[in-house]
Amino acid sequence: MQAANSIGTSLDFFLFVAFALFTIGAIGAMTRKNMIVLLMCIELMLNAVNLLLVTFSTYYGSGDAQIFVFFTMVVAAAEATVGLSIIIMAYRNLKSIDIDMFNQLKN
Amino acid sequence: MAKDLTLILILALPLIGFVINGTIGKKLPKVLVGGLATSVVFVAFLLALTLFNGLNGVQIVRLFEILNYDQITINASFQIDALSVWMTLIITGIGSLIHLFSMGYMSHDPGYHKFFTYLNLFIFSMLLLVLGSNYFVLFFGWEGVGMCSYLLIGFHYNDLQKGKANSLAARKAFIMNRIGDAGLLLGLFMLLGQFGTLEFQKIGTALIANPALQGGAMLLITLCLFIAATGKSAQIPLFTWLPDAMAGPTPVSALIHAATMVTAGIYLTVRSNFLFELAPFTKEIILYIGLATTLVAAFMALRQNDIKKVLAYSTVSQLGLMFVALGFGAYTVALFHVTTHAFFKALLFLGSGSVIHGMHEEQDIRKMGGLAKLMPITHFTFLIGTMAIAGIPFLSGFYSKDEILAQALHHNPAVYAILVVAVTMTAIYMFRLYFLTFHGAFRGGDALRAKVHESGLSMTLPIIVLAFLSVFGGLLNLPGLFFHGAAHWFDHYLSAGTFGLSEVHNAHLDFNTSIGLMIFASIIALGVLFWALRNYAKKGALAKADDQMSAWETLSAKKLYIDEIYDLLFVQPLLKMSAFISNVFDIQILRNGVYALANGVVNTAAQTRKWQNGLLSSYLFWMVLGIILFVSYYILKISVWH
Amino acid sequence: MSLQVISIILGSLTIASALMVILSKHPVRSVIYLVVTFFFITSMYIMMNAQFLAIVNMIVYAGAIMVLFLFVLMLLNLNKEVEPVTNRGAQISALIAGGSLFLVLISALKETLILGQNYRTQDSSIGLVKELGNLLFSKYIVAFEITSILFIAAMVGAILLAKREKQIIE
Repeated sequence: MQAANSIGTSLDFFLFVAFALFTIGAIGAMTRKNMIVLLMCIELMLNAVNLLLVTFSTYYGSGDAQIFVFFTMVVAAAEATVGLSIIIMAYRNLKSIDIDMFNQLKN
Repeated sequence: MAKDLTLILILALPLIGFVINGTIGKKLPKVLVGGLATSVVFVAFLLALTLFNGLNGVQIVRLFEILNYDQITINASFQIDALSVWMTLIITGIGSLIHLFSMGYMSHDPGYHKFFTYLNLFIFSMLLLVLGSNYFVLFFGWEGVGMCSYLLIGFHYNDLQKGKANSLAARKAFIMNRIGDAGLLLGLFMLLGQFGTLEFQKIGTALIANPALQGGAMLLITLCLFIAATGKSAQIPLFTWLPDAMAGPTPVSALIHAATMVTAGIYLTVRSNFLFELAPFTKEIILYIGLATTLVAAFMALRQNDIKKVLAYSTVSQLGLMFVALGFGAYTVALFHVTTHAFFKALLFLGSGSVIHGMHEEQDIRKMGGLAKLMPITHFTFLIGTMAIAGIPFLSGFYSKDEILAQALHHNPAVYAILVVAVTMTAIYMFRLYFLTFHGAFRGGDALRAKVHESGLSMTLPIIVLAFLSVFGGLLNLPGLFFHGAAHWFDHYLSAGTFGLSEVHNAHLDFNTSIGLMIFASIIALGVLFWALRNYAKKGALAKADDQMSAWETLSAKKLYIDEIYDLLFVQPLLKMSAFISNVFDIQILRNGVYALANGVVNTAAQTRKWQNGLLSSYLFWMVLGIILFVSYYILKISVWH
Repeated sequence: MSLQVISIILGSLTIASALMVILSKHPVRSVIYLVVTFFFITSMYIMMNAQFLAIVNMIVYAGAIMVLFLFVLMLLNLNKEVEPVTNRGAQISALIAGGSLFLVLISALKETLILGQNYRTQDSSIGLVKELGNLLFSKYIVAFEITSILFIAAMVGAILLAKREKQIIE
């Protein structure tokens, strides 16, 4: 294996990209306070995982992982729908989309 | 009727009386309650008589299995032999007389049905104790009579003036008995470990088959059993509960604390004779404990002013006398004294009960006097009882006491000398009691004098029957020099029909010595009688007030300060320890410890709660940390594999 | 241009656009950058011959979901004043946590068998619509049908949540 030569042509490159995307999504979710951006960061992380699954699917030559990605997309679509409607509700009540405003559940 | 059925009926009858009186007795009329309780015991007595009549060797009646574990089987089984039937006769016989007496004595008591319930339960427990064919059933009865004793001593627990004292007395009796019970339980466990069974006969045959068992184990077992006996039979050091137990109603004192329950320790020792025969050292201990008890208790009785207290100390003293006989291995002699003592002590107690009833609950002999004319039947029977216990010739006490003295003289003249002192003291305090109560002038005041009356028939009848028994009870076991053919009937009866006793023979003195002994004893008893007659009846000497007593009198009246010494030695340290535990250990260590624990939880929770701050970003932060930890764990694990 | 160069360029562009998602101040821009990121991810699917997923990703994610986001943003009419400010300490700690997560993940990659495998040499037929269709309607048919219930639930939930409360009272 010539790791140095194979950058860009081997599957581990995609893994690297997936990890990078996941990390970026996580950092974004931790730092940004806008709820919509937060939701987008979560979408980004989901996509990173999707990429990871497709990569492994290719490596193992099995389609099951791709079916899994399909289901992830389905769930993500549902989640985005509900999440966004929650955000709309929240904005209506609080006139803000700051995620830190929504810490009232503990009391 | 088959014997086993008879036996079951004897046991069941008091139990039936207990159940009926205990459940619906409150609604029944008093005559019915008392009549039922008395008649069940009396029928049991009649049945016991048929058993006695058809007695033929040892017979075991097995009812059901209580416990079966591994190789140990414990049965609810009962034994018909000379000893158990004799004890049954005493218990049911005297028991029914005392039940009858109680019907009169307790007639004004609001707890009438409760009293008879307890009495029947007591009779049942006592019968269990003596009829059981193994130590387990015996232990059942042992605990049962202890409980009934507790209940009956504290019977008037809600009395306005004496309620607290009664409860305390009951508690004291219970706790003292508990110490003895612990000894019994330990002995039982050791027996079970040693022999794998608790049946008297199996243990006995195992011992005969294998005499090598004697030694340390036997010593320990017999010591434990003797501790039990000291608890129940009020010997030094566990005797102080018996005088206090006089707080109970007088029939209770007569039945439980004179005639039956307190002889359970003697019964236990006689029943376990095969064990004690293999432990000479324990017998020595029994001898000296009994000797000390009889002397100390007799001394204490000398200056008691409560009519029942005198009798109580006299009981302790007589029990000590029986233990002396046991210490010499003279089991039948001890049991003979148990029998006669049951007669005359029950008589004396019932007589004192009659006096107390007639005097309207007055127990102090300093306030009595001259009752001979007012209560003629009580006076006459009481005189018989006094003469019997004092050892006036040809009454029952004379024979049984003389037997013990003869044994003592045969084995150890020094013991004999001490016993003579004790017997002399017995005569002195009994005659003092008799003369102060029934002779001289009435000292209770005119108002009371007008109210004093002779008791009714239900009370005098049992007394008269007991008086007859006290007079003629000695005929059961006449010494050899009177009627050669009928002599020692009781000894033969017991030895032939009781397991182990045929192996033991009482010492027999030669003719001259025994007749000399009797004459000496008679001289003492009669001498004391005449001295007392002169001193109390003629000169009219009275019991002194507390502040006029000389040193030894105070010592006697204050019971040698034994209660105070026990209080100092055991009660106070215990109380101090309890106070320490409750005030220091409980508060400082337990409570503060628990508080610290609770506070720790609260503080930790408060700290942990801060993590749940509701900020999504911080949750995410922790989540990411968790992912890092998990993944690094797997990386490390994999690199370790390689 | 060799394939190597192309993939390196694509990868760096993906990461760059993803970074822009979280760095841009305005949420609308974030959405646009996210769409761009999804495009690049789609291109990676194509490189691995996952044709069906590439299409679906394009249509569902970049098309539908992102448009939904955009729509909501427009609907709420957010302006600069509404945008929440983030504090510096949280950013730094998030950066450290994320960085270490990335390091750990990369180090996990070090030992894998996948290292250095060329994606061109693999069996490339599995990502085709026919293959996945066969799988989806045979092995995963139950799960597939259940997703429809999920969608109905999500739809009803969304409608209920977004409805004005006054209308509920009426």
